Amino acid sequence: MTAPTIDRATFDALQETTGAEFARELVDTFLEEAPAMLTDLRDALAAGDADRFRRAAHSLKSNSLTFGALALGAMARELELGGLASAQGGSGPPLAALVDEYSRVAAALSGLRHG
Amino acid sequence: MGDARGAAARLLVVDDNKVNRLLLTRSLEMQGHSVASAENGRVALEMMRREPFDLVLLDMEMPEMDGFQVLEQLVVDRRLRDLPVIVTSSLEGIANVVRCIELGAEDYLTKPVNPVLLKARIGASLEKKRLRDQQKELVRRFATPEVAQDLQDSGFSLGGKLVHATVMFSDIRDFTSLAESQPPEETIELLNTYYALMFDAIAGHGGVVTVMMGDGLMSVFGAPVPLPDHEESAVRAAQEMIELIDLFGRERQAAGKPPIRIGIGIASGEMVAGYTGTNERATYTCIGDTVNLASRLETHTKVALRPILIDDATRSALSDRIAVLPLGPVPFKGKAAAVEVFAVDPAPQR
Repeated sequence: MTAPTIDRATFDALQETTGAEFARELVDTFLEEAPAMLTDLRDALAAGDADRFRRAAHSLKSNSLTFGALALGAMARELELGGLASAQGGSGPPLAALVDEYSRVAAALSGLRHG
Repeated sequence: MGDARGAAARLLVVDDNKVNRLLLTRSLEMQGHSVASAENGRVALEMMRREPFDLVLLDMEMPEMDGFQVLEQLVVDRRLRDLPVIVTSSLEGIANVVRCIELGAEDYLTKPVNPVLLKARIGASLEKKRLRDQQKELVRRFATPEVAQDLQDSGFSLGGKLVHATVMFSDIRDFTSLAESQPPEETIELLNTYYALMFDAIAGHGGVVTVMMGDGLMSVFGAPVPLPDHEESAVRAAQEMIELIDLFGRERQAAGKPPIRIGIGIASGEMVAGYTGTNERATYTCIGDTVNLASRLETHTKVALRPILIDDATRSALSDRIAVLPLGPVPFKGKAAAVEVFAVDPAPQR
Protein backbone atom coordinates (compact mmCIF):
# COMPACT_ATOMS: atom_id res chain seq x y z
CA MET A 1 0.00 0.00 0.00
CA THR A 2 1.69 3.16 -1.16
CA ALA A 3 -1.15 5.64 -0.79
CA PRO A 4 -0.06 8.81 1.02
CA THR A 5 -1.25 9.46 4.56
CA ILE A 6 -2.98 12.61 3.38
CA ASP A 7 -3.47 13.39 -0.29
CA ARG A 8 -2.71 17.10 -0.44
CA ALA A 9 -4.73 17.75 -3.56
CA THR A 10 -7.87 16.43 -1.88
CA PHE A 11 -7.23 18.33 1.32
CA ASP A 12 -6.44 21.58 -0.51
CA ALA A 13 -9.58 21.25 -2.59
CA LEU A 14 -11.60 20.78 0.60
CA GLN A 15 -10.07 23.94 2.08
CA GLU A 16 -10.62 25.85 -1.09
CA THR A 17 -14.25 24.91 -1.63
CA THR A 18 -15.41 25.22 1.97
CA GLY A 19 -13.04 27.85 3.38
CA ALA A 20 -9.99 27.44 5.63
CA GLU A 21 -11.91 28.25 8.78
CA PHE A 22 -14.58 25.65 8.07
CA ALA A 23 -11.98 23.03 7.06
CA ARG A 24 -10.32 23.52 10.45
CA GLU A 25 -13.63 22.94 12.25
CA LEU A 26 -14.25 19.87 10.13
CA VAL A 27 -10.83 18.42 11.02
CA ASP A 28 -11.59 19.02 14.70
CA THR A 29 -14.92 17.24 14.35
CA PHE A 30 -13.25 14.27 12.66
CA LEU A 31 -10.56 14.05 15.36
CA GLU A 32 -13.33 14.06 17.97
CA GLU A 33 -15.48 11.44 16.24
CA ALA A 34 -12.91 9.03 14.79
CA PRO A 35 -11.74 7.47 18.11
CA ALA A 36 -15.33 6.37 18.75
CA MET A 37 -15.40 4.70 15.32
CA LEU A 38 -12.20 2.80 16.14
CA THR A 39 -13.66 1.74 19.47
CA ASP A 40 -16.81 0.66 17.66
CA LEU A 41 -14.75 -1.46 15.27
CA ARG A 42 -12.89 -3.12 18.14
CA ASP A 43 -16.04 -3.74 20.19
CA ALA A 44 -17.97 -5.05 17.21
CA LEU A 45 -15.13 -7.41 16.37
CA ALA A 46 -15.03 -8.67 19.95
CA ALA A 47 -18.79 -9.10 20.06
CA GLY A 48 -18.95 -10.63 16.59
CA ASP A 49 -21.48 -7.96 15.57
CA ALA A 50 -21.09 -7.94 11.79
CA ASP A 51 -23.57 -5.14 11.13
CA ARG A 52 -22.03 -2.73 13.59
CA PHE A 53 -18.56 -3.63 12.31
CA ARG A 54 -19.50 -2.88 8.74
CA ARG A 55 -21.18 0.42 9.68
CA ALA A 56 -18.19 1.64 11.68
CA ALA A 57 -15.81 0.71 8.85
CA HIS A 58 -18.14 2.45 6.42
CA SER A 59 -18.16 5.72 8.40
CA LEU A 60 -14.40 5.67 8.81
CA LYS A 61 -13.92 5.05 5.09
CA SER A 62 -16.29 7.84 4.13
CA ASN A 63 -14.64 10.44 6.39
CA SER A 64 -11.09 9.39 5.52
CA LEU A 65 -11.77 9.98 1.84
CA THR A 66 -13.19 13.43 2.62
CA PHE A 67 -9.83 14.56 4.03
CA GLY A 68 -7.71 12.73 1.50
CA ALA A 69 -6.61 10.04 4.00
CA LEU A 70 -6.44 7.56 1.15
CA ALA A 71 -4.51 4.76 2.87
CA LEU A 72 -6.81 4.79 5.90
CA GLY A 73 -9.82 4.96 3.60
CA ALA A 74 -8.58 1.95 1.61
CA MET A 75 -8.02 -0.09 4.78
CA ALA A 76 -11.45 0.81 6.15
CA ARG A 77 -12.99 -0.10 2.81
CA GLU A 78 -11.38 -3.55 2.92
CA LEU A 79 -12.90 -4.10 6.35
CA GLU A 80 -16.29 -2.81 5.20
CA LEU A 81 -16.37 -5.19 2.25
CA GLY A 82 -14.64 -8.12 3.94
CA GLY A 83 -16.60 -7.95 7.18
CA LEU A 84 -15.57 -9.52 10.46
CA ALA A 85 -13.67 -12.38 8.81
CA SER A 86 -11.30 -10.01 7.02
CA ALA A 87 -10.14 -8.54 10.35
CA GLN A 88 -9.83 -11.98 12.01
CA GLY A 89 -6.66 -12.98 10.25
CA GLY A 90 -8.40 -12.96 6.88
CA SER A 91 -7.58 -10.98 3.77
CA GLY A 92 -8.02 -7.59 5.40
CA PRO A 93 -5.60 -5.48 7.42
CA PRO A 94 -5.41 -6.24 11.12
CA LEU A 95 -7.14 -3.71 13.31
CA ALA A 96 -3.85 -2.67 14.85
CA ALA A 97 -2.55 -1.55 11.44
CA LEU A 98 -5.67 0.55 11.01
CA VAL A 99 -5.18 2.18 14.41
CA ASP A 100 -1.54 2.94 13.53
CA GLU A 101 -2.56 4.52 10.24
CA TYR A 102 -5.18 6.58 12.03
CA SER A 103 -2.48 7.94 14.40
CA ARG A 104 -0.48 9.06 11.37
CA VAL A 105 -3.57 10.66 9.81
CA ALA A 106 -4.46 12.45 13.05
CA ALA A 107 -0.93 13.85 13.36
CA ALA A 108 -0.86 14.94 9.72
CA LEU A 109 -4.27 16.59 9.94
CA SER A 110 -3.30 18.40 13.15
CA GLY A 111 -0.23 19.69 11.35
CA LEU A 112 -2.23 20.85 8.33
CA ARG A 113 -4.82 22.38 10.61
CA HIS A 114 -2.20 24.67 12.12
CA GLY A 115 -0.45 25.19 8.81
CA MET B 1 -40.78 27.38 -0.73
CA GLY B 2 -37.76 28.59 -2.59
CA ASP B 3 -37.61 29.37 -6.26
CA ALA B 4 -36.09 26.43 -8.07
CA ARG B 5 -34.19 28.42 -10.65
CA GLY B 6 -30.77 28.24 -9.08
CA ALA B 7 -32.00 30.42 -6.24
CA ALA B 8 -32.37 29.57 -2.59
CA ALA B 9 -34.29 26.46 -1.74
CA ARG B 10 -35.06 24.86 1.59
CA LEU B 11 -33.06 21.64 1.87
CA LEU B 12 -32.81 18.84 4.40
CA VAL B 13 -29.54 16.95 4.91
CA VAL B 14 -29.89 13.54 6.56
CA ASP B 15 -26.70 11.82 7.70
CA ASP B 16 -25.70 10.13 10.96
CA ASN B 17 -22.05 11.02 10.47
CA LYS B 18 -21.26 14.46 11.82
CA VAL B 19 -18.38 15.20 9.43
CA ASN B 20 -20.54 14.33 6.42
CA ARG B 21 -23.47 16.31 7.76
CA LEU B 22 -21.41 19.44 8.40
CA LEU B 23 -19.63 19.21 5.08
CA LEU B 24 -22.76 18.75 3.00
CA THR B 25 -24.58 21.49 4.89
CA ARG B 26 -21.65 23.84 4.32
CA SER B 27 -21.50 23.08 0.57
CA LEU B 28 -25.21 23.71 0.17
CA GLU B 29 -25.19 26.89 2.19
CA MET B 30 -22.35 28.16 0.04
CA GLN B 31 -24.60 27.53 -2.96
CA GLY B 32 -27.13 29.87 -1.40
CA HIS B 33 -29.60 27.37 0.02
CA SER B 34 -31.12 27.30 3.43
CA VAL B 35 -30.31 23.99 5.09
CA ALA B 36 -31.62 21.97 8.02
CA SER B 37 -30.10 18.66 9.10
CA ALA B 38 -31.13 15.44 10.82
CA GLU B 39 -28.95 12.66 12.24
CA ASN B 40 -31.19 9.73 11.37
CA GLY B 41 -34.21 8.73 9.29
CA ARG B 42 -36.72 8.93 12.10
CA VAL B 43 -35.81 12.53 12.97
CA ALA B 44 -35.76 13.40 9.28
CA LEU B 45 -39.30 12.08 8.68
CA GLU B 46 -40.58 14.05 11.67
CA MET B 47 -39.07 17.21 10.22
CA MET B 48 -40.45 16.57 6.73
CA ARG B 49 -43.93 16.11 8.18
CA ARG B 50 -43.60 19.30 10.19
CA GLU B 51 -42.18 21.78 7.70
CA PRO B 52 -41.98 22.03 3.91
CA PHE B 53 -38.73 21.19 2.12
CA ASP B 54 -37.86 21.49 -1.56
CA LEU B 55 -35.36 18.66 -1.58
CA VAL B 56 -33.83 16.03 0.70
CA LEU B 57 -30.26 14.73 0.63
CA LEU B 58 -30.39 11.31 2.19
CA ASP B 59 -27.66 9.03 3.53
CA MET B 60 -28.41 5.30 3.50
CA GLU B 61 -26.49 3.78 6.41
CA MET B 62 -28.02 5.21 9.59
CA PRO B 63 -29.02 3.90 13.00
CA GLU B 64 -32.68 3.87 14.18
CA MET B 65 -34.10 4.28 10.68
CA ASP B 66 -31.95 3.93 7.60
CA GLY B 67 -32.31 5.61 4.21
CA PHE B 68 -34.14 2.68 2.62
CA GLN B 69 -36.79 2.81 5.32
CA VAL B 70 -37.16 6.57 4.81
CA LEU B 71 -37.66 6.08 1.06
CA GLU B 72 -40.26 3.37 1.76
CA GLN B 73 -42.16 5.71 4.07
CA LEU B 74 -42.07 8.59 1.60
CA VAL B 75 -43.57 6.52 -1.23
CA VAL B 76 -46.72 5.77 0.74
CA ASP B 77 -47.11 9.30 2.09
CA ARG B 78 -49.33 11.32 -0.24
CA ARG B 79 -48.01 14.62 0.98
CA LEU B 80 -44.37 13.67 0.80
CA ARG B 81 -44.04 11.26 -2.08
CA ASP B 82 -43.28 13.97 -4.63
CA LEU B 83 -40.55 15.47 -2.49
CA PRO B 84 -37.34 14.91 -4.48
CA VAL B 85 -34.68 12.86 -2.71
CA ILE B 86 -31.04 12.67 -3.74
CA VAL B 87 -29.24 9.79 -2.11
CA THR B 88 -25.73 10.60 -0.94
CA SER B 89 -23.98 7.46 0.10
CA SER B 90 -20.71 5.62 0.01
CA LEU B 91 -22.53 2.28 0.06
CA GLU B 92 -20.78 -0.21 -2.15
CA GLY B 93 -22.51 -2.08 -4.90
CA ILE B 94 -24.70 -1.19 -7.85
CA ALA B 95 -27.57 -3.18 -6.27
CA ASN B 96 -27.91 -0.50 -3.60
CA VAL B 97 -28.09 2.26 -6.20
CA VAL B 98 -30.75 0.36 -8.11
CA ARG B 99 -32.74 -0.24 -4.94
CA CYS B 100 -32.71 3.49 -4.13
CA ILE B 101 -33.88 4.46 -7.59
CA GLU B 102 -36.60 1.81 -7.49
CA LEU B 103 -37.77 3.23 -4.18
CA GLY B 104 -38.24 6.60 -5.84
CA ALA B 105 -34.94 8.38 -5.23
CA GLU B 106 -34.34 11.02 -7.85
CA ASP B 107 -30.60 10.63 -8.04
CA TYR B 108 -27.60 8.95 -6.41
CA LEU B 109 -24.36 10.69 -5.52
CA THR B 110 -21.34 8.85 -4.17
CA LYS B 111 -19.58 10.31 -1.16
CA PRO B 112 -17.39 12.25 -0.87
CA VAL B 113 -19.73 14.35 -2.95
CA ASN B 114 -18.19 16.47 -5.67
CA PRO B 115 -19.51 20.04 -5.12
CA VAL B 116 -19.88 20.82 -8.82
CA LEU B 117 -21.80 17.61 -9.45
CA LEU B 118 -23.87 18.28 -6.34
CA LYS B 119 -24.85 21.71 -7.58
CA ALA B 120 -25.85 20.39 -11.01
CA ARG B 121 -27.92 17.53 -9.58
CA ILE B 122 -29.70 19.78 -7.11
CA GLY B 123 -30.45 22.32 -9.83
CA ALA B 124 -31.92 19.60 -12.05
CA SER B 125 -33.97 18.13 -9.21
CA LEU B 126 -35.40 21.46 -8.14
CA GLU B 127 -36.27 22.30 -11.73
CA LYS B 128 -38.10 18.99 -12.07
CA LYS B 129 -39.94 19.65 -8.84
CA ARG B 130 -40.95 23.09 -10.10
CA LEU B 131 -42.40 21.59 -13.29
CA ARG B 132 -44.20 18.92 -11.29
CA ASP B 133 -45.67 21.54 -8.98
CA GLN B 134 -46.76 23.52 -12.02
CA GLN B 135 -48.41 20.47 -13.57
CA LYS B 136 -50.16 19.68 -10.29
CA GLU B 137 -51.38 23.26 -10.09
CA LEU B 138 -52.78 23.06 -13.63
CA VAL B 139 -54.59 19.82 -12.90
CA ARG B 140 -55.89 21.25 -9.65
CA ARG B 141 -57.25 24.25 -11.48
CA PHE B 142 -59.14 22.14 -14.00
CA ALA B 143 -60.34 19.26 -11.89
CA THR B 144 -61.67 18.33 -8.50
CA PRO B 145 -59.09 17.31 -5.89
CA GLU B 146 -60.17 13.65 -6.24
CA VAL B 147 -59.65 13.69 -9.98
CA ALA B 148 -56.36 15.53 -9.64
CA GLN B 149 -55.21 12.82 -7.24
CA ASP B 150 -56.34 10.09 -9.62
CA LEU B 151 -54.47 11.67 -12.52
CA GLN B 152 -51.36 11.84 -10.41
CA ASP B 153 -51.77 8.27 -9.13
CA SER B 154 -52.13 6.96 -12.67
CA GLY B 155 -49.00 8.86 -13.60
CA PHE B 156 -50.77 10.64 -16.45
CA SER B 157 -50.44 7.46 -18.49
CA LEU B 158 -51.83 7.71 -21.98
CA GLY B 159 -54.33 5.09 -23.03
CA GLY B 160 -58.06 4.67 -22.84
CA LYS B 161 -60.75 2.51 -21.39
CA LEU B 162 -64.46 2.00 -21.80
CA VAL B 163 -66.39 3.81 -19.09
CA HIS B 164 -70.01 4.42 -18.22
CA ALA B 165 -70.40 8.13 -17.62
CA THR B 166 -72.39 11.29 -18.31
CA VAL B 167 -71.22 14.00 -20.70
CA MET B 168 -72.32 17.61 -20.65
CA PHE B 169 -71.94 20.29 -23.33
CA SER B 170 -72.74 23.89 -22.59
CA ASP B 171 -72.25 27.21 -24.30
CA ILE B 172 -73.42 30.79 -24.35
CA ARG B 173 -76.37 31.64 -26.61
CA ASP B 174 -75.66 34.24 -29.31
CA PHE B 175 -72.16 34.71 -28.00
CA THR B 176 -70.71 35.83 -31.32
CA SER B 177 -73.08 38.79 -31.69
CA LEU B 178 -72.55 39.62 -28.03
CA ALA B 179 -68.79 39.61 -28.55
CA GLU B 180 -69.08 41.84 -31.60
CA SER B 181 -71.14 44.41 -29.73
CA GLN B 182 -68.60 45.11 -27.00
CA PRO B 183 -64.87 45.87 -26.63
CA PRO B 184 -62.63 42.77 -26.73
CA GLU B 185 -61.34 43.18 -23.17
CA GLU B 186 -64.92 43.14 -21.92
CA THR B 187 -65.54 39.89 -23.78
CA ILE B 188 -62.52 38.26 -22.18
CA GLU B 189 -63.60 39.50 -18.77
CA LEU B 190 -67.07 38.12 -19.39
CA LEU B 191 -65.61 34.75 -20.41
CA ASN B 192 -63.43 34.63 -17.31
CA THR B 193 -66.40 35.24 -15.02
CA TYR B 194 -68.46 32.73 -16.96
CA TYR B 195 -65.76 30.07 -16.73
CA ALA B 196 -65.24 30.68 -13.02
CA LEU B 197 -68.98 30.21 -12.38
CA MET B 198 -69.29 27.13 -14.59
CA PHE B 199 -66.17 25.43 -13.24
CA ASP B 200 -67.43 25.97 -9.75
CA ALA B 201 -70.80 24.36 -10.46
CA ILE B 202 -69.30 21.45 -12.42
CA ALA B 203 -66.51 20.64 -9.96
CA GLY B 204 -68.95 21.10 -7.07
CA HIS B 205 -70.94 18.15 -8.39
CA GLY B 206 -67.94 15.93 -9.12
CA GLY B 207 -67.54 16.73 -12.82
CA VAL B 208 -64.36 17.43 -14.75
CA VAL B 209 -64.08 19.98 -17.51
CA THR B 210 -62.27 18.26 -20.36
CA VAL B 211 -62.55 20.80 -23.16
CA MET B 212 -62.85 24.59 -23.24
CA MET B 213 -63.33 26.13 -26.64
CA GLY B 214 -64.36 29.74 -27.00
CA ASP B 215 -67.54 29.96 -24.97
CA GLY B 216 -68.12 26.19 -25.12
CA LEU B 217 -67.40 23.69 -22.39
CA MET B 218 -67.39 19.91 -22.39
CA SER B 219 -67.37 18.14 -19.06
CA VAL B 220 -67.66 14.59 -17.91
CA PHE B 221 -69.17 13.05 -14.77
CA GLY B 222 -68.15 9.55 -13.68
CA ALA B 223 -64.69 9.47 -15.27
CA PRO B 224 -61.77 9.27 -14.72
CA VAL B 225 -63.01 8.64 -11.18
CA PRO B 226 -66.25 6.62 -10.90
CA LEU B 227 -69.09 8.69 -9.50
CA PRO B 228 -72.27 7.06 -8.18
CA ASP B 229 -75.32 8.88 -9.60
CA HIS B 230 -73.22 10.60 -12.29
CA GLU B 231 -76.43 11.25 -14.28
CA GLU B 232 -78.09 13.12 -11.44
CA SER B 233 -74.85 14.91 -10.51
CA ALA B 234 -74.57 16.25 -14.05
CA VAL B 235 -78.19 17.42 -14.09
CA ARG B 236 -77.82 19.11 -10.72
CA ALA B 237 -74.66 20.82 -11.93
CA ALA B 238 -76.63 22.04 -14.97
CA GLN B 239 -79.36 23.46 -12.77
CA GLU B 240 -76.77 25.26 -10.68
CA MET B 241 -75.11 26.62 -13.81
CA ILE B 242 -78.42 28.09 -15.01
CA GLU B 243 -79.06 29.56 -11.58
CA LEU B 244 -75.61 31.16 -11.43
CA ILE B 245 -75.96 32.55 -14.94
CA ASP B 246 -79.34 34.06 -13.98
CA LEU B 247 -77.77 35.81 -11.01
CA PHE B 248 -74.87 36.97 -13.14
CA GLY B 249 -77.33 38.21 -15.79
CA ARG B 250 -79.19 40.29 -13.23
CA GLU B 251 -75.91 41.86 -12.14
CA ARG B 252 -75.11 42.68 -15.75
CA GLN B 253 -78.54 44.18 -16.34
CA ALA B 254 -78.11 46.37 -13.26
CA ALA B 255 -74.90 47.62 -14.90
CA GLY B 256 -76.79 48.34 -18.14
CA LYS B 257 -75.42 45.31 -20.04
CA PRO B 258 -77.37 42.61 -21.82
CA PRO B 259 -77.89 39.38 -19.81
CA ILE B 260 -76.40 36.15 -21.08
CA ARG B 261 -78.11 32.84 -21.54
CA ILE B 262 -76.64 29.36 -21.86
CA GLY B 263 -77.73 26.06 -23.33
CA ILE B 264 -76.83 22.68 -21.86
CA GLY B 265 -77.03 19.19 -23.39
CA ILE B 266 -76.52 16.03 -21.34
CA ALA B 267 -76.24 12.37 -22.40
CA SER B 268 -75.22 9.21 -20.55
CA GLY B 269 -73.82 5.86 -21.61
CA GLU B 270 -70.66 4.07 -22.58
CA MET B 271 -67.75 5.97 -24.00
CA VAL B 272 -64.04 5.62 -24.53
CA ALA B 273 -62.20 7.78 -22.04
CA GLY B 274 -58.51 8.37 -21.61
CA TYR B 275 -55.57 10.63 -22.18
CA THR B 276 -54.79 11.39 -25.77
CA GLY B 277 -51.96 13.34 -27.21
CA THR B 278 -48.23 12.97 -26.83
CA ASN B 279 -46.11 12.74 -23.74
CA GLU B 280 -45.50 16.48 -24.00
CA ARG B 281 -49.07 17.54 -24.36
CA ALA B 282 -52.03 15.41 -23.46
CA THR B 283 -55.62 15.94 -22.55
CA TYR B 284 -58.33 13.84 -20.97
CA THR B 285 -60.97 13.06 -23.59
CA CYS B 286 -64.18 11.10 -24.01
CA ILE B 287 -65.21 9.80 -27.40
CA GLY B 288 -68.29 8.01 -28.70
CA ASP B 289 -71.96 8.24 -29.66
CA THR B 290 -72.93 9.42 -26.19
CA VAL B 291 -70.59 12.38 -26.55
CA ASN B 292 -71.98 13.28 -29.97
CA LEU B 293 -75.52 13.06 -28.64
CA ALA B 294 -74.77 15.43 -25.76
CA SER B 295 -73.37 17.91 -28.27
CA ARG B 296 -76.47 17.60 -30.48
CA LEU B 297 -78.76 18.09 -27.47
CA GLU B 298 -76.90 21.25 -26.55
CA THR B 299 -77.39 22.62 -30.07
CA HIS B 300 -81.05 21.59 -29.94
CA THR B 301 -81.67 23.88 -26.91
CA LYS B 302 -81.83 26.77 -29.41
CA VAL B 303 -84.72 25.09 -31.20
CA ALA B 304 -86.49 23.68 -28.16
CA LEU B 305 -86.12 26.96 -26.27
CA ARG B 306 -85.34 25.01 -23.12
CA PRO B 307 -81.99 25.60 -21.38
CA ILE B 308 -81.34 22.00 -20.29
CA LEU B 309 -81.96 18.98 -22.53
CA ILE B 310 -81.13 15.38 -21.62
CA ASP B 311 -81.37 11.95 -23.26
CA ASP B 312 -83.43 8.99 -22.09
CA ALA B 313 -80.48 7.20 -20.47
CA THR B 314 -79.87 10.21 -18.23
CA ARG B 315 -83.55 10.69 -17.47
CA SER B 316 -84.19 7.10 -16.44
CA ALA B 317 -81.42 7.32 -13.85
CA LEU B 318 -82.77 10.45 -12.17
CA SER B 319 -84.60 10.44 -8.87
CA ASP B 320 -88.13 11.85 -8.95
CA ARG B 321 -86.93 14.97 -7.14
CA ILE B 322 -85.96 16.38 -10.52
CA ALA B 323 -88.84 17.54 -12.70
CA VAL B 324 -88.55 16.39 -16.32
CA LEU B 325 -90.73 17.19 -19.33
CA PRO B 326 -90.77 14.77 -22.30
CA LEU B 327 -90.43 16.63 -25.61
CA GLY B 328 -90.92 13.56 -27.80
CA PRO B 329 -88.61 12.08 -30.43
CA VAL B 330 -86.25 14.35 -32.32
CA PRO B 331 -84.34 13.29 -35.46
CA PHE B 332 -80.64 14.13 -35.11
CA LYS B 333 -78.02 14.23 -37.79
CA GLY B 334 -75.98 11.03 -37.72
CA LYS B 335 -78.63 9.09 -35.80
CA ALA B 336 -80.59 6.41 -37.64
CA ALA B 337 -83.60 6.62 -35.32
CA ALA B 338 -85.16 9.66 -33.71
CA VAL B 339 -84.03 10.24 -30.11
CA GLU B 340 -86.33 10.81 -27.16
CA VAL B 341 -85.50 14.20 -25.69
CA PHE B 342 -86.37 15.50 -22.24
CA ALA B 343 -86.24 19.01 -20.83
CA VAL B 344 -85.18 19.51 -17.24
CA ASP B 345 -86.84 22.18 -15.16
CA PRO B 346 -83.98 24.62 -14.57
CA ALA B 347 -85.14 25.42 -11.03
CA PRO B 348 -83.91 22.76 -8.63
CA GLN B 349 -86.53 21.30 -6.26
CA ARG B 350 -85.64 22.23 -2.71
